[in-house]
Amino acid sequence: MDSIYQSLVNIVDQDHVSNSQEELFIYSFDLGTAEPHRPDYVVSPGTTGHIQEILRLANREKIPVVPLGGGLSLAGLAVPLKGGIIIDLKRMDHIIEVNEKARYAVLECGVSQAQLTSYLEKNHPRLTHSEPGAPPTATIAGNIMIHGQGDLAQPYGFNSDLVNGLEVVLPTGEVCRLGSCAVGTGWFAYHPLPDINIFLGWYGTTGIITRLSIRLFPAKRIRGIGQFVVENEELVPEILFKLTHSQMAEDIIVYSRAIPPFASGLQHFTVNIAADSEKELEWKQEIIWDDTLGDYIRSGNGAYLGFTVGLERPQISKTSDYKKGGGFEYVGSIMPIEKYPVCYRKGREISEKHDIPYTVTGRVIGAGHAMMFAWTYAFNRADPDSMRHARDALHETDDLVMELGGIIWKPGIYGQQLILERLDPGTRELMKTIKNLLDPNGIMNPGNWEVD
Amino acid sequence: MSIAEFPFKDLIHRCFRCGYCKFPENWTDVNNCPPYARFRMETYSCGGRLWLTRAWLNDQIEWTEHLAEILYSCTTCRNCEIKCFLSFNVDIVNMVVAARAEMVETGRLPLAVKSFLENIELHGNPYGASRAKRGMWTAGMSIEQCNNHEYLLYVGCTGSYDTRAQESTKSLAQVLRKTKISFGILGAQENCDGNEVHKLGEAGLFELLAEGNIALFKSLGVWKIITLSPHAYNAFRNHYPQYGGDFVVFHYTQILRDLVKTGTMDFFRDFHARVTYHDPCFLGRWNGEYKAPREILENIPGIELVEMEKNRGSALCCGGGAGNFQIDLLGGSEDSPSRRRVREAAATGVNILAVACPKCLVMLEDAVKGEGLEEILSVRDISEILAEACGIPHGLC
Repeated sequence: MDSIYQSLVNIVDQDHVSNSQEELFIYSFDLGTAEPHRPDYVVSPGTTGHIQEILRLANREKIPVVPLGGGLSLAGLAVPLKGGIIIDLKRMDHIIEVNEKARYAVLECGVSQAQLTSYLEKNHPRLTHSEPGAPPTATIAGNIMIHGQGDLAQPYGFNSDLVNGLEVVLPTGEVCRLGSCAVGTGWFAYHPLPDINIFLGWYGTTGIITRLSIRLFPAKRIRGIGQFVVENEELVPEILFKLTHSQMAEDIIVYSRAIPPFASGLQHFTVNIAADSEKELEWKQEIIWDDTLGDYIRSGNGAYLGFTVGLERPQISKTSDYKKGGGFEYVGSIMPIEKYPVCYRKGREISEKHDIPYTVTGRVIGAGHAMMFAWTYAFNRADPDSMRHARDALHETDDLVMELGGIIWKPGIYGQQLILERLDPGTRELMKTIKNLLDPNGIMNPGNWEVD
Repeated sequence: MSIAEFPFKDLIHRCFRCGYCKFPENWTDVNNCPPYARFRMETYSCGGRLWLTRAWLNDQIEWTEHLAEILYSCTTCRNCEIKCFLSFNVDIVNMVVAARAEMVETGRLPLAVKSFLENIELHGNPYGASRAKRGMWTAGMSIEQCNNHEYLLYVGCTGSYDTRAQESTKSLAQVLRKTKISFGILGAQENCDGNEVHKLGEAGLFELLAEGNIALFKSLGVWKIITLSPHAYNAFRNHYPQYGGDFVVFHYTQILRDLVKTGTMDFFRDFHARVTYHDPCFLGRWNGEYKAPREILENIPGIELVEMEKNRGSALCCGGGAGNFQIDLLGGSEDSPSRRRVREAAATGVNILAVACPKCLVMLEDAVKGEGLEEILSVRDISEILAEACGIPHGLC
């Protein structure tokens, strides 16, 4: 009997531990183009205590550990590059508390985006959270771990800026709390304690988030999407500047796609607007479409395509089926808004070079402080040549992001190396010190954010 | 069989594993895929099964008992097909059944599945019980053998042999007698309908069963069938026509709904109960019948019908489909779908969980015991509720 396996069974139970080829096969894959790597064990813990014991065992035995949320980063961030134990966190999916008046929710790390959306709609219809355009199984914790953004990014910024508190199991098994919860009060604020945020963006290399508090926001009675289109991509930055100046939108996205062909080359804006009354909605629409964008419409440089009441939450993406092949991956970047035109043109060139219908998307973060710009590449999972083209396109796009002065968002191994090569030496040294201090045996998601 | 010979070779790689298939309609949780709810490992999700099937056919992994158990733990409830938004969704269950067919073809099956299929071939039922005992539930009831009656009442294996399910069979027979509907049964002549055999991937045995049943039905002049079980209803309605079995098929709730709504049935007393209804997969998701059972319950005086949060196309399967009623790959845990389902029923505050399927009846009643809910929740088939409301004494059923 494998003693590690037996130890894991003793910690969790037999139903939620495996070293069988089937689990090792399935958990070796990312859903994107990353090369698979087999873990040695898969475990699905039910409690923070389970995770503590698993990490203590892994430290004793010097076994790599890879925490896994929804597994939807598409950048290979939870592929066990050096084997070891995959910890599937999705079984820890309790919504622990929603504080209506202070507008926050305390969640276990496995709570999915759709689960929280559904729970709030049913029990707290006046509250909402910033939901990313990811599949519904994406977890809240996983999304903040990668500095995700959601459909409230325009007024409120990155989802990781909306964290009120964390409970983290450190690599050596201790539990610590950050934010107001650390002093035994509610989970209502992240500040004003000394800042020790050394977990977000680290992909689990410094610890495993087991609980978190996130900010909730007013859910207006009417929510809907207005659409606007221009042909000239050079107009996009100034339009985004004007839209963010109006402060009337919940979410602003610009996209352009090769499919359908008639719309190829056009830049489509979707502007989410929320209101508690028809009067408020009418007022906001007037400010956006008439006052802010009216000149473009009157001059013929832009067209208003209408307003649809209702948001599709969670959003449904059919990108994976573009090539009837069950796969897509994208490079995301955090980029200044003025770079939109060149991002669009260069991305289109890369797609066309690899015979992939182009899809580019920019989401405004904050009051135009940045955008998340993404280049998406669909591939056919059954066609190695198609996967190779997508992988090449992704790497070329990683290079492009750095060349354009942006930062790759949730970079895979290739992108991480590009960033680390350019990273300030002092910052590199600090990262190395933090990592060595917290994870002396280097067991946590090894291969990611490794500073020599 | 290689992937090139797999009937769905052009589809199976198209699953991205986005996970929509795990949810009910309102996105409450990820527990609406029965095997995934039970084990919470990605291998047991719909996408996991499809990726494993492809890997097996591509020789990336070997056949193992565990692989077979993962594939056979799917109850073919079709929640995945309802939730998946991609165009290949209609073939998700077909892909699982095709993978099972390859296991059947090569004789690599979990022991429980093998035994299930052997019993049906040898005895006409998965219990391995004597064919002669199939009609013993009628003892003392004077139910007529089918002979130029307007309807054949097809009981099915569970309703014939399982002692708890027999209660619902007897109730249905009494209610039908009370309505003066002309019906007869097959008794010892009845054979398995084959719905589970089909879903377990044994196409050859299914064909034998279908052809045998069709020949028998035709020899007796049967053209209208009432089924107790939604599983038989599904087989007769959706599969038998391919073998020349073009019968007019009703689930019993469809026949009785009309009688209840038109006031043809007399109710002797108020039922006085708060009731929730569990949609059987093979009546609901497979055949779109969500109204008939509810209309019966709503028209029984004294019944307050309360919906569970997951209902109709989002109902959580009891875990008994595709033979799992007996091969039981999903039992033994508080995370078993039947245990989860009775907790969902109890959360509505009702005192009766109504079902319209003998398999659901047995699965969920066992789960009520497992959860220790016997004092507050009883599981009743709609036929039993109707019989009681019509004043048919329990002892006569």
